[in-house]
Amino acid sequence: MNLNATLFAQLVVFFILAWFTMKFVWPPIMKALDERATKIAEGLAAAERGRQSLDLASKHSAETLREGKEKVAEVIAQAEKRALQIIEDAKLQAKSEADKVVAGAKAEIEQEAARVKESLRERVAELAVAGAEKILRREVDVKAHADMLAAIKQDL
Amino acid sequence: MATGHEGAANAPNAGEYVVHHLTQLNTTGHAQTSIVDFSVINLDTIVFSILMGVLGLFIMLRVAKNVTSGVPGRGQAALEILIEMVANQARSIVHSEQSRKFVAPLALTVFVWVFLMNSMDFLPVDLLPRIWQAATGNPHAYLRVVPTADLNGTLGMSVGVLLLCFWYNIKIKGLGGWIHELFTAPFGNHPLLYLPNFLMQMIEFLAKTVSHGMRLFGNMYAGELLFMLIALMGAAYGASAGLTGPLLWLGHVIAGTGWALFHIFIVVLQAFIFMMLTLVYIGQAHEGH
Repeated sequence: MNLNATLFAQLVVFFILAWFTMKFVWPPIMKALDERATKIAEGLAAAERGRQSLDLASKHSAETLREGKEKVAEVIAQAEKRALQIIEDAKLQAKSEADKVVAGAKAEIEQEAARVKESLRERVAELAVAGAEKILRREVDVKAHADMLAAIKQDL
Repeated sequence: MATGHEGAANAPNAGEYVVHHLTQLNTTGHAQTSIVDFSVINLDTIVFSILMGVLGLFIMLRVAKNVTSGVPGRGQAALEILIEMVANQARSIVHSEQSRKFVAPLALTVFVWVFLMNSMDFLPVDLLPRIWQAATGNPHAYLRVVPTADLNGTLGMSVGVLLLCFWYNIKIKGLGGWIHELFTAPFGNHPLLYLPNFLMQMIEFLAKTVSHGMRLFGNMYAGELLFMLIALMGAAYGASAGLTGPLLWLGHVIAGTGWALFHIFIVVLQAFIFMMLTLVYIGQAHEGH
């Protein structure tokens, strides 16, 4: 409880310790605290920026998707139209081809029929002449009646 | 004696035990006789306070050397919590960025230092004195291990704060401005009030400084005294007959544990109060009346 010079010694120690803390302990830790605060602030800002760009990107991708869908729908519609067109064209072409074939066949048939008719006519004329010859073997001279026979043949 | 080594013949009585424990180891080699004697220095207070100061600074310096602004380790996180606490208190009390560059580290130093010096109370009251007595070979050697239970230690610090108050008063207000304030505040600027104002200011400074040092001293002195009384209770173990001895021993254990636990609270609280008052007084020096 007695006062003595310890008081002054303690006073000096007090200032030395405080000076030491001010010089070597306080500044580095405060600096670290401030730096960390800055880092956290930057991190938060970066996160905010990231969130915004994510929003932007998702909006952009939705837009692109929508455009793509529209384009696909358009292409499909066009393709359907084109397919119908092709089918229609093919039908028309097939019909005209078929008509052509049919017409050709008809003409051929007619030709054939005419040819057959001609040969039949000749054959009938021959048969008629042959029959007539047999009937008229004796009195009919082929040479004498050749004109007549030709005339008959013409009538057939 | 808690350790009970001394024989019954030369065992000190309770009064002698307490007085012996409350006597400083000083440069004279015997107890100081006069109340005030500036030719004497208490060696134990000086040694233990410097030891505690160096220990505290060493721990903080080690953390500060390896400090990182990234993910902090546990030591760094603990010190950061402490520093943030002190920095926030300093910011709210001392409204000068420039002054805080010194005042905030000062407050941290005060808190850590006072806390460590107070913590010397947790050591068993007889441990270090016994070791000292064995080391010196003198069974009556004095040693007090709690620097804050020495009035010189606490008043030394509070006088330091007083000097800082003077310094900041002059720095902020100018020497003329401060002297003007000494004579015109708190009662008002009137020639008749110059003397009462000045006397009031002197009383304020004196009261602040004395109460600042005395508060810490009183708390730690009382705490130390109580530990001694508890130790005395345990020391009476061997001298008491029948059931009283074991009961005294049990009382020592229970009371010692209880008081030590409560003292943890006092140690921290008093360190905090000393720091806060340091900040408040320096803060007041920044503000005009």
